[in-house]
Amino acid sequence: MGKIFKKPEALSDSPTHYCPGCTHGVIHRLIAEVIDELGIRGRTVGVSPVGCAVLAYNYFTFDFQEAAHGRAPAMATGIKRVRPDLIVFTYQGDGDLASIGMGEIIHAANRGEKFTTIFVNNAVYGMTGGQMAPTTMPNQHTSTSPFGRNVDDIGMPIKMAELLAALQTPGYIVRQTVIKPKYIVKAKKAIKQAFVYQLEKRCFSFVEIVSTCPTNWGMTPGEAVKWTEDVLLSYYQLGEYKNPEKVSGDKHAN
Amino acid sequence: MGKKILMKGNEAIGEAAVRAGCLNYFAYPITPQSEVAEYLSRRIPEAGGVFLQAESEVAVSYMIFGAAGAGARVFTTSSSPGISLMSEGLSYITAAQCPAVFVNIMRGGPGLGGILPSQGDYFQATKGGGHGDYRLLVMAPASVQEAVEMVMIAFPLAEKYRNPVMILGDGLIGQMMEPVEFPDHLRTDPTDKNDWATTGMEFRKSDKPNIVKSLFLDPNALNENNLILKAKYDRMKAEDIHYESYNMEADYKVLIVSYGTMSRVCRTAVDNLKVNGFEVGLLRPKTLFPFPEKKIRDAAAKDSCQVVISIELSMGQMVEDVERCVQGRRPVKWYGECGGNIPTPETVMDVVTSLVGK
Ligand SMILES: Cc1ncc(C[n+]2csc(CCOP(=O)(O)OP(=O)(O)O)c2C)c(N)n1
Ligand code: SF4
Ligand SMILES: [Mg+2]
Repeated sequence: MGKIFKKPEALSDSPTHYCPGCTHGVIHRLIAEVIDELGIRGRTVGVSPVGCAVLAYNYFTFDFQEAAHGRAPAMATGIKRVRPDLIVFTYQGDGDLASIGMGEIIHAANRGEKFTTIFVNNAVYGMTGGQMAPTTMPNQHTSTSPFGRNVDDIGMPIKMAELLAALQTPGYIVRQTVIKPKYIVKAKKAIKQAFVYQLEKRCFSFVEIVSTCPTNWGMTPGEAVKWTEDVLLSYYQLGEYKNPEKVSGDKHAN
Repeated sequence: MGKKILMKGNEAIGEAAVRAGCLNYFAYPITPQSEVAEYLSRRIPEAGGVFLQAESEVAVSYMIFGAAGAGARVFTTSSSPGISLMSEGLSYITAAQCPAVFVNIMRGGPGLGGILPSQGDYFQATKGGGHGDYRLLVMAPASVQEAVEMVMIAFPLAEKYRNPVMILGDGLIGQMMEPVEFPDHLRTDPTDKNDWATTGMEFRKSDKPNIVKSLFLDPNALNENNLILKAKYDRMKAEDIHYESYNMEADYKVLIVSYGTMSRVCRTAVDNLKVNGFEVGLLRPKTLFPFPEKKIRDAAAKDSCQVVISIELSMGQMVEDVERCVQGRRPVKWYGECGGNIPTPETVMDVVTSLVGK
């Protein structure tokens, strides 16, 4: 990007284990920058998922708990309820959040738990080798949908932001991506807003980030960016789906 | 000592936790223990704590995990099918060495089973129900008063070992009304957890993040964590085995091993048989893990003892531990029912006398 960044204090020195072209690292960095800017590192607790980001705590410099697969929102609920003075966020993949952990995320959102969820949607189960996820695109080939996702058999990909925005409880629900600098700016703004709503004890806040998994998509990083933009973003539309300032359920222009 | 009041077991269990200094409770309703949540839904907010009805027992176990990992005293209550769902969480909580208290007011199983008293979850509680090499410290009350005291000491015990403690009561313990008191001296202050819990670095004035986790990809690190857990279980065996002996000074021909409500019936049978001149010893484990292994071994080896019998509200679970302890020195038998009916003292007397003949 031709610009020299200082490493955020909230980010550790450990090199990450993420593949080249994977967006997990960029998202980590944005979270760390926001935490630095808000000055909340000393009272933040992250909850890592089961998925490629299970070791996320190695890359940050604040307290962390490691959840079981899909259960991060329940853990975050436990933490935040007994320690409302802590700033709590979950970091979850699409298999983790939209499949095995669907119950936990819906109920946490519906209770209006005052924590933040960063949802990394890369349309596959990355860690276990690219199996089909609830978010896998129609006809997308994965290791468990070798002929392409058959929507007659398995249904349409789940749009989590829209689904959560349909709940009647106020919340902040937004979808962004980080595949290009122009998107990164908006993604960071959304992440910051999510944490600000938590700091204000306003509502549950949820930032879905449409992400890449070049390794399991069988693409180069460049191809992955293009496929994300052409295919994923046409289905997973970016924008703010719910905002505690506005009427519930409406999609707002991005 | 506080004063004696008449209370239903389930409500007394809820009150005991509050009196012990635990004001954080997460739960999901299930018969025969829903009264705990109903009671605490009023009691905890009044005391300024956290009461939350979760969406499932799976979620409950992770709310407990998160809260315990953040350093809070926390507990839940459930019954058999609910504990099955919490077993995933118990495995993780134990691996991550978080203290918490789980109460299982057992009902009949397997499956939906029934809603009447049972002791069918002995294996689940003492041998793990979740995956991996873990143990819970398991205590089994035989009265409402004992349930109260066990709940109250469960919190400091969980903190002592940084391990979940389970109170394993049968349905009757939750449902019956008995006079209870809440001993003031059993109220304890939580331990300082700043060296490991996610209490927030600025609050504990540290620059070292605390990580609560159960993943150890390196084989040596995982083995090391399992050795740490094993050392705790060995310490439990050395320091926290509890049991009650009844009529064991007599020259008993039969040794009964029985716990919980079932042991109370056995006690009456022992008294009645004594009147008839038939001596029976009763050993009641109060901790099911750690199990009173040596006590049972020695008691079975007494010269007068011809046979040992495990009497339980299950199809023969604790009997396997009794056999393990007796080590073939005496025959080990089993008697039990597990549909919800509790055998009468007369039935127990018949069973016991038939073992050695009149
Ligand atoms: C209970 C349980 N079931 C299955 C697994 C195996 N597993 C590990 S990661 C994973 C999928 C993760 O995919 P996702 O949440 O999309 O994260 P990503 O790796 O793509 O970032 C699965 C199924 C597990 N660890 N635990
Ligand atoms: S497998 Fe996919 S999600 Fe996981 S690190 Fe590699 S690119 Fe990222
Ligand atoms: Mg994924």
